[in-house]
Amino acid sequence: MSQPQTLHQAEDTDKSLLGFWIYLMTDCVLFASLFATFAVLRNNTFGGPGGDELFSLDFALVETLILLTSSFTCGLAMLAVHKKDKSKTMIWLATTFLLGLVFVGMEFSEFRQLAIEGNSWRRSGFLSAFYTLVGTHGLHIITGLIWIAVMLKRVMSSGLSTVNVKRLLLLSMFWHFLDIIWIFIFTIVYLLGAASV
Amino acid sequence: MNHRAKDTPITGSDHGTLSSYSNGFLLSIILTLEAYFFVRNDLLQGAQLVYALLTLACVQLFVQMMFFLHIGKGTPGRWKWAAFAMMLVVVFILVVGSLWIMGHLNYHTDMSPSQTDTHIIQDEGFKR
Repeated sequence: MSQPQTLHQAEDTDKSLLGFWIYLMTDCVLFASLFATFAVLRNNTFGGPGGDELFSLDFALVETLILLTSSFTCGLAMLAVHKKDKSKTMIWLATTFLLGLVFVGMEFSEFRQLAIEGNSWRRSGFLSAFYTLVGTHGLHIITGLIWIAVMLKRVMSSGLSTVNVKRLLLLSMFWHFLDIIWIFIFTIVYLLGAASV
Repeated sequence: MNHRAKDTPITGSDHGTLSSYSNGFLLSIILTLEAYFFVRNDLLQGAQLVYALLTLACVQLFVQMMFFLHIGKGTPGRWKWAAFAMMLVVVFILVVGSLWIMGHLNYHTDMSPSQTDTHIIQDEGFKR
């Protein structure tokens, strides 16, 4: 590959990274509005149970550690991409996918358990805000999972081509971003909810 | 763009090393467990706990931005920081503004959220 073309593609990748970064910043603003709603409504339980009665802190801690580990394995996949190691990229991406799937499964079972006990989003303003905030994050994770699955198939069929590498870079940014959002959900919804302050 | 050597892979200017990912992972676990033990062992109460936990979360935000997202140097890095700073301003106005306004709303009705609930249920006839 000739040098000018390489530089051109690198600049193109940089532009995509910046553009995707700006999308992530706007997504932060979306989450901020949901966090603000939750913070305003967190004591409006309408006589129903609050966070300290509903949430299991240990369960949320396990969820947090799983998502954190998946963010790390996503990083390991990117290291394999830089080394042009296709099989290691696939292995770490698949690990990330599985960890993400476990996370979504745990979140879904938590929602289901809450709803069975009669604490659905219709119970109180606090619960509406809770389901909206955590559910929006969950939908992002599901989107990320679909994206990982698509990239696994693409890397399997066409290898670590320039365009695939660019897409993997954007995917890793998205996944790390979702982990960062979850830190704040863990802190504000679960930790502060359990401490009932 | 001259810093890019001719044999580097075409993966943009942002990429980490094994040690940067491992350090970020370890620091994040430590910060998460620290926050967890603060709450579990009732080390702090009230506003102090809120500020301590939010500080730990913000430290972890920066740890992951440096070690996982490699928000970098150079021209694209500078624009990333600019977009990030703008996002922080908007988020600050949105969150602090909402809490401030809604706090005053409760204050001016002289009722706490739970008292408002009781009022709605008992005096206005809404059922739970």
